[in-house]
Amino acid sequence: MYELDWTSIPGAIPLLLKGMMTTLEVTITAIIVGIIWGTVLAVARLGHNPVLSKLSAGYVNLFRSVPLVMVILWFYLIVPQALKAIFGDDIGDIRLASALVAFALFEAAYYSEIIRAGIQSVPKGQVSAGLALGLTQGQTMRMIVLPQAFRNMTPLLLTQAIILFQDTSLVYVIGLSDFFGTAYKVGDRDGRLVELLLFAGAIYFVICFSASQLVKRLQARFVK
Amino acid sequence: MSYNWNWGVFLEPTVSGNDTYMGWLLTGLKWTVSLSLSAWVIALVVGSIVGILRTAPNRWLSGLATAYVELFRNIPLLVQLFIWYFVLPELLPEKMGMAFKQSNPLWQQFFAAMLCLGLFTAARVAEQVRAGIESLPKGQKAAGLAMGFTLPQVYRYVLMPMAYRIILPPITSEFLNIFKNSAVATTIGLIELSRQAQQLVDYTAQPYEAFIAVTLLYLMINVTVMYLMRHVEMKVRIPGFIGGK
Amino acid sequence: MKLLPSVLTAAVAAAFFAAPVVAQESATLKKVKDTGSITLGHRESSIPFSYYDDKQQVIGYAHEILLKIADAVKADQKMDKLDIKLMPVTSANRITLVQNGTVDIECGSTTNNTERQKQVSFSNTFFVIGTRIQVKKDGGIKDFPDLAGKNVVTTAGTTSERLLRKMNEEKKMGMNIISAKDHGESFLTLETGRAVAFMMDDALLYGEIAKAKKPADWAVVGTAQSKEAYGCMIRKDDPGFKKVVDGAIAKLQTSGEIDKIYAKWFMNPIPPKGLNLNMPMSDEMKALHKAPNDKAFE
Repeated sequence: MYELDWTSIPGAIPLLLKGMMTTLEVTITAIIVGIIWGTVLAVARLGHNPVLSKLSAGYVNLFRSVPLVMVILWFYLIVPQALKAIFGDDIGDIRLASALVAFALFEAAYYSEIIRAGIQSVPKGQVSAGLALGLTQGQTMRMIVLPQAFRNMTPLLLTQAIILFQDTSLVYVIGLSDFFGTAYKVGDRDGRLVELLLFAGAIYFVICFSASQLVKRLQARFVK
Repeated sequence: MSYNWNWGVFLEPTVSGNDTYMGWLLTGLKWTVSLSLSAWVIALVVGSIVGILRTAPNRWLSGLATAYVELFRNIPLLVQLFIWYFVLPELLPEKMGMAFKQSNPLWQQFFAAMLCLGLFTAARVAEQVRAGIESLPKGQKAAGLAMGFTLPQVYRYVLMPMAYRIILPPITSEFLNIFKNSAVATTIGLIELSRQAQQLVDYTAQPYEAFIAVTLLYLMINVTVMYLMRHVEMKVRIPGFIGGK
Repeated sequence: MKLLPSVLTAAVAAAFFAAPVVAQESATLKKVKDTGSITLGHRESSIPFSYYDDKQQVIGYAHEILLKIADAVKADQKMDKLDIKLMPVTSANRITLVQNGTVDIECGSTTNNTERQKQVSFSNTFFVIGTRIQVKKDGGIKDFPDLAGKNVVTTAGTTSERLLRKMNEEKKMGMNIISAKDHGESFLTLETGRAVAFMMDDALLYGEIAKAKKPADWAVVGTAQSKEAYGCMIRKDDPGFKKVVDGAIAKLQTSGEIDKIYAKWFMNPIPPKGLNLNMPMSDEMKALHKAPNDKAFE
């Protein structure tokens, strides 16, 4: 029988924390950029311009049809030059840069679907009322529809954020040392992979479980 | 930097000479599809059982089912896969673990990935099944019981046939997810589509062709599944319910 | 005959103009000079060539050479300060990353062969290895024929992977070949009993033994399936950069400085476990150090 030996974990805490910072950096960037870009996509999709609407639908469907692993690999192996052209040579760790871009663009597709549903959940009368008050289309969207839509979909957006937090572990495929990648490397280095994998699983569980309970409570308050 | 496009690369023979790169892609497609379909069977069976148990009147059973869902939903798929592949064989009795590890590696990878993907998706299917059952009017269950059905019979003949039809759309999207999630198996070395994409990049140095081809194959899977599921949805639509939208 | 003078003139003119022009046209050197930084590709678990110690610092025989090359680039471009960026690469992505400009030069355990020369350019050779197998001492495997019908692991994207696949096909050996992501994972596969043998470059196999929980359990056996030359990878068609890199390696080798570096990594205890690889310098290596070159063996 295998004997579990947890002794290599305490010494690895600083490394693991550093990994967790990377995980959070990718997660938070993807949430912020994803929601902004996702809102743009959703508004374009629902707008009156057929070209923009089709483009937005195409973007969302494309990203939602391809595995996240492939998206991460695409951005890592194929796009460094594009990144360099845009951000200049000083982008630091190209794995982090390409992971940030990949996750932000990928998540935007998922967020856009949630936001679209949120916008559609706002009664049409609200739009008419806004227009009747003399607001422009854009103003109505910004000041009347979106605030209500976001209120309705906050729980869904947060749930998606938890899923995203879990999905960032896939940066493993490009060798970026996020929390999971660091745990794997420490386990490999010390010949203690079993313990480190179980430890990583437990940490993810504690974080995601607590977060999802919080979301549930929030949801209960929203629904009333 | 200019790039030399060469779509002919797929027809070239591979290093070992017994196949073309196109053949590699098809092998990858075969593994992706068989992994996803077999994991889907597990997901449906386990997910239905867990979902039904969550609505069961027994607190222990529903608590157990809830624990299952929370456990499998709150650990990243990749971590779960590594636990199945790297951790479990070590924790098994040594003989069993060794026997597993010395079997054909392809089957080890396939087996671990199938279990992992199936049980992971089962947690999500369970949530849909529970939602489906809970969306039915309470009177249906009461009526079934009043007619003299036992509780299992009520589920079997009254509740489930309705619930499954109601949850078909979200189930379809889980079915699509399982194909996408199957790409995670690349990390333990299973030669499914995304692994073949990476191998092709390495062996042919034509990354764009390889990635475009594989991306198109994933799109093709997606379209096929959507088409099939739409067909199923039309067939089982319940008259008078929203399905017609 | 009338051609001769003009050819001569052209040659003289070429010698006169081309040399400085070529040197300056090196895209890599220009980039390094402009940005003040160079990106070095290294490995994460190619012991003892290029790997992480327990503080996640990159160390190793090839990495020391790589740092010397960076010094040479700095001196060549007369720069006061050269910012060194390190980028870990794997066997499977190293060529792509050199090609697409993510890393400027990769020095780890990359074999220079003619197939790869179609995609990238190689520096002077800095090591010569043979591809063999690592096995458990009491496992009963002595050589490649014993592997028939067994699970064998190798690292994805290496020359060993190609050799193994070819051998399996040609000799109908029925091996189950596992392609692991990196050498660390390959060894893990061997150590946990998933494979009976790990095929790789012999020096790397000794390096993996140095990392093992019980080094005494493992042995490197079998007839070498190929002789291979390690070089640093740079982008194709950049002779200006290649010249600086080659010069730096040749200087190390002919000046005898390389002997000290060799002793440090192959004849003395090395991290992470303080094990001594005890690998005396081979005749091929000695010959190489006398006459530096960038020839591939195949």
